[in-house]
Amino acid sequence: MIGQSTVLAAEFPPSVEDFYLPSILPWGAHDSYWFTKVTFLIWVAVAAIIIFFLVSYRKPQLVPTKKQWMAESAYGFVRNNIAVEMIGPRGVAFAPYLTTLFMFILLNNFFGIVPLVQISPNSHIAFPAILAVISYFMFIIVGIRHHGFFKYFKTALIPPAPWFILPLLIPIEFFSNFMVRPFSLAVRLFANMFAGHMLLLVFTLGGFAMISSNVWFTPFSIVSWLMTIALTLLEFLVICLQAYVFTVLTASYVQGALADEH
Amino acid sequence: MYNTILLAAEEGAKEHNPIIPVWQEIVVGSIAFAVLCFVLMKFVFPQMEKTFRARVDAIEGGIKRAEAAQAEANQLLEQYRAQLGEARTEAARIRDEARADAEGIRQDVLAKAREESDRIIAAGREQLAAQRESIVRDLRAEVGTLAVDLASRIVGESLADEARSRGTVDRFINELGAGTGGR
Repeated sequence: MIGQSTVLAAEFPPSVEDFYLPSILPWGAHDSYWFTKVTFLIWVAVAAIIIFFLVSYRKPQLVPTKKQWMAESAYGFVRNNIAVEMIGPRGVAFAPYLTTLFMFILLNNFFGIVPLVQISPNSHIAFPAILAVISYFMFIIVGIRHHGFFKYFKTALIPPAPWFILPLLIPIEFFSNFMVRPFSLAVRLFANMFAGHMLLLVFTLGGFAMISSNVWFTPFSIVSWLMTIALTLLEFLVICLQAYVFTVLTASYVQGALADEH
Repeated sequence: MYNTILLAAEEGAKEHNPIIPVWQEIVVGSIAFAVLCFVLMKFVFPQMEKTFRARVDAIEGGIKRAEAAQAEANQLLEQYRAQLGEARTEAARIRDEARADAEGIRQDVLAKAREESDRIIAAGREQLAAQRESIVRDLRAEVGTLAVDLASRIVGESLADEARSRGTVDRFINELGAGTGGR
């Protein structure tokens, strides 16, 4: 126990390297990324979501069973409260993708506070980046399909403003609509998960560091671990919020691309 | 302590920059997410939309059926009410007619009875008159015979006692007069 705690104490302060765990296959390799804890968790999340939905929706009935009701309310929540709310009646067409996105982010975020798992794949920017790029191309393609290529870029880039401000506005619009959006989406999710994991590490390892440096610091260590529990609850909030925000922003970008007026 | 931090930071910077994605993870993540999207968007959510629609249909159909049944019930109620009203007026009419009929019959019977009684009375009177006539007739004949008898007796006695016979005749005539004088 003491030996383990000094090992954990030596890990303090946590660094970026704590996010890059040794590979599972081949075991312990540091430069292999094909099968690590995070990629494994991604597959677990995908499998869990697929199994949950397939099992609970194997035999859909008009009067739903409890499981069916749960699956339906997950879809219904994104469909009605995000897709239809943001995009309007046309949003129903986007509800399947948005629900998939929401469930994927939510479950992967949730790994951040599951005991013994406690790292979210979304704290590696690769995964938020994929999702952000999909959202980015999705809203552009939707816009082009709806308006036609030139008209879409015209409505997206040229705001209704006096002509002499346009040289200033067009670059700003371009920058905000076509350059910042994917980065802000990806980085927002990634940074939240990264910071959450970092916070939990700081307080957990900090407790071990204090208790192993001086026995009299034990009360502080206990406070530190209590903080870990409190922060885990806070993380739960962040997890749900970030999944919601990512989905809502994607829906809002699609809505903007579909909007006729600027 | 500071050195270790620096060392770790240097190591981190050298080995991993958290803002640069690892390309293997991009590949794995893309495949995983594509699989997820494929399964959910192809097999699950369209099914859910179908169920939602079926549910809406079921509920709306149920409401429509209920409305139809309600309308039918209302119509029937109206019909029954109308029929009931008709029956009531009919009954009242029949009652009035019956009352009128009864009154007519009563009047009829009364009139007939009166007629009958009149007829009976008249017949009685006639009979009485006829009897009286015949009696008077008989009496007249008898009076004649009696008169002849008396006359012959008186004549037969040869008028012996004029005074006595005169008294007899007077008495007879008086009797006669009293008999006929009543009429």
